[in-house]
Amino acid sequence: MSIEIANVTKRFGGFVALDDVSVSIPSGQLTALLGPSGGGKSTLLRIIAGLEQADSGRVTIEGLDATNLPPQKRNVGFVFQHYAAFKHLSVRRNVAFGLEIRKRPKDEVRARVDELLALVHLRQFADRLPSQLSGGQRQRMALARALAVEPTVLLLDEPFGALDAKVRKELRDWLRRLHDEVNVTTVFVTHDQEEALEVADEIVVINEGRVEQIGSPDELYDQPANDFVMRFLGPVTQLGQQLVRPHDLQIHTGTADPAAVTGRITRVTRIGFEIRVEVTTADQIVTVTLTRNEFLSLGVQTGDTVQVQVAEQVHIGAAYPQTLGAA
Amino acid sequence: MTSATLVTDRPALKRRAAQDGRRLLTRVSGLGLGVAMLWFSLLVLIPLTAVVVTASTGGWSQFWQAITNEQTIAAIRLTVGTALLVTIVNVVMGTLIAWVLVRDRFFGKRALEVLIDLPFALPTIVAGLVLLSLYGHNSPLGVDIANTRAAVFLAFLFVTLPFVVRTVQPVLAELDKEVEEAAMSLGASRFTVFRRIILPALTPAIAAGAALSFARGVSEYGSLVLLSGNLPMRTEVTSVRILSSIENDNLDSAAAVATILLAISFAVIVILDVIQRRVVRRG
Repeated sequence: MSIEIANVTKRFGGFVALDDVSVSIPSGQLTALLGPSGGGKSTLLRIIAGLEQADSGRVTIEGLDATNLPPQKRNVGFVFQHYAAFKHLSVRRNVAFGLEIRKRPKDEVRARVDELLALVHLRQFADRLPSQLSGGQRQRMALARALAVEPTVLLLDEPFGALDAKVRKELRDWLRRLHDEVNVTTVFVTHDQEEALEVADEIVVINEGRVEQIGSPDELYDQPANDFVMRFLGPVTQLGQQLVRPHDLQIHTGTADPAAVTGRITRVTRIGFEIRVEVTTADQIVTVTLTRNEFLSLGVQTGDTVQVQVAEQVHIGAAYPQTLGAA
Repeated sequence: MTSATLVTDRPALKRRAAQDGRRLLTRVSGLGLGVAMLWFSLLVLIPLTAVVVTASTGGWSQFWQAITNEQTIAAIRLTVGTALLVTIVNVVMGTLIAWVLVRDRFFGKRALEVLIDLPFALPTIVAGLVLLSLYGHNSPLGVDIANTRAAVFLAFLFVTLPFVVRTVQPVLAELDKEVEEAAMSLGASRFTVFRRIILPALTPAIAAGAALSFARGVSEYGSLVLLSGNLPMRTEVTSVRILSSIENDNLDSAAAVATILLAISFAVIVILDVIQRRVVRRG
C-alpha cells in the first residue's frame, strides 16, 4: 500500500471536516476521492500533502511516516483547481521551478523540462507566460510542474473543476492515458461521479467527514454499500420500496404479472439517444430510461397503461432489501 | 495606491494599447484623451518647462555657477542622500509593516491601520512642531537632535512612512495562497517562497512606493524646517535653499536647483523601474 491514512480527524473550529478516517491507497493506481462539496475530500488530500495538519491520526507515504513532515519533505506533487501558476515566470521556468531550487545542473533541468513539456503537449508554449495560456493549458503546465520533481505520489484537487465541459472531458481522457504512461500513484479529488467512474481504478466515497465506501467503479456502481453511495454514483428512482437505477427497469404492455407494477405513462422526454419515461403508478412516479430503439419497439406513448419491473439480470433488488426501506 | 495598480498593470495596458493602436479612436475616447492631455499639460508639463526655461535664461555659465555653488551642492547632497537612505529604510520597513497588517491577526490591528495614514493626514508643519517638541532642545525624552542631520532623516522618515505600506498592502492581500503552497510542495523553503514567489509579485508595488517615498523626501519642507535649524553647509535641504534664493531675488538660481532636482528625481524613478523589471524577470 502506498498511502496509509489511519484514524485521521480534522476540525475547523466547530466543524468536523474528517471524522476518524482510515483509507489505504494502493501504489501505482489512479484513485478518486469522490463526494459532495464540503464532505472533507479536499481536506484529506491536503493532509496527505502536508498543507494541512491532522488533529489526530497518522499518514504514511510509501512506508515513511509523514504525519509530522512539512510539505517540502513529502515529495508529493500537488495540482490545484485554479492552477496556482507562478504568474511572473514563463511556462518553462514554472516547470523547472522544483528542479532549479534543488540546484540540479542546468543541462539536466533543460532536458527534463523539455521532456515534460512534450509530455503535456506544451512545447511550443514554453516561453509564454501563464496568462497567455488557456485554462486547460495552464492545468497541463501545473501537472508538468508537479511531475518534474518525480514525486512519490501525485495529488490533484478538483483538477478540472474550473474548466468548461468539453475541455474537462478531453483532459480527463488525457489524464488517464498520462497515468498509464507515467505510472505514478495518483489521487484526485472530484465531486463529479462520471469523472470518477470514467478515470479511476479505485474510488473512495467520502461524505460528511467519513468514508462511505471504497471499491472499483464497477463495485460501487453495482453493489453500493448504502443509499448514499447508490444515489451519488448515478441516477436512481423508486419502484415500490426498492431503490433502483432507471436503466435497470423494463416496461412492457403485456398482462399484469406479480413482479410488475401497473402505471400510466405521464411524460416522455428524449435526451439524445436516451428516452426518459415517467410512469405514474398508484402511489408514486417511477422514472425509466430506455434507448431510443427499445422505446420505438414498445410502440407506447403518453397516456398508455404499462407494466414496470426490474430487469431480470439485475440483482440489485435482491441484494439490498435491508437498506431500501429507508429510502 | 493608484500608482501601484498602474505599475502592476503595465503589461496589460501595453497589450491593450497595441490592440487599440490599429483602430481609430472613437469620439468619446478621443475627447477623453484630449481632456487628459490638456489637464496633464496645464498641471505638469507647462510648469516643468517653465522651470527649465527660467533656469536657462541666464545662459549655461550662470546655470553652471548656480549649481556648482558650494552651499547648493551641500544642500543637494544632503537632500538626495537622505531621501535615498530613507527610501531604502522604507522599502524594508514598509514591506514588513504591510506583511504584518495583511498576514497576522493581533489586538489593535485596526487602530494601527488608521495610524499608518496619520503622516498623510497631518499638515507637515504640525508634524514639524511635534518633532521639535519631542526631539528639540527641551526634549522630554532626553533626545536632542535639533540642528543636526539626524533631524532631516527623522522628518523624512516620518512623512514617507505610509507610501510603501499602502502600495504593498493591497497587492499582498490579493496574493494567492495556493501559489505559495504549490511552491512549498515543490520543495521550496519559506525563505525561497518569499524570495522567488512573493517578492517578484510585490516588487512593482514596492518600487512604486519607493518612488513616491523618494519624491516626497526630496520635496519635503514643513516637517524639517523647525527641527533641522537650516544651517548652511550642514542641515540645509534643497527646498530651503530654493526658498532662500527666491527671497534673495535670485529666481534663476532657484530654477537651476529645481531643474537639477527634477533630473535627479526622474533618474531615480527610471532606475527603480529598471530594477523592478529585473527582479520580476529573474524570479
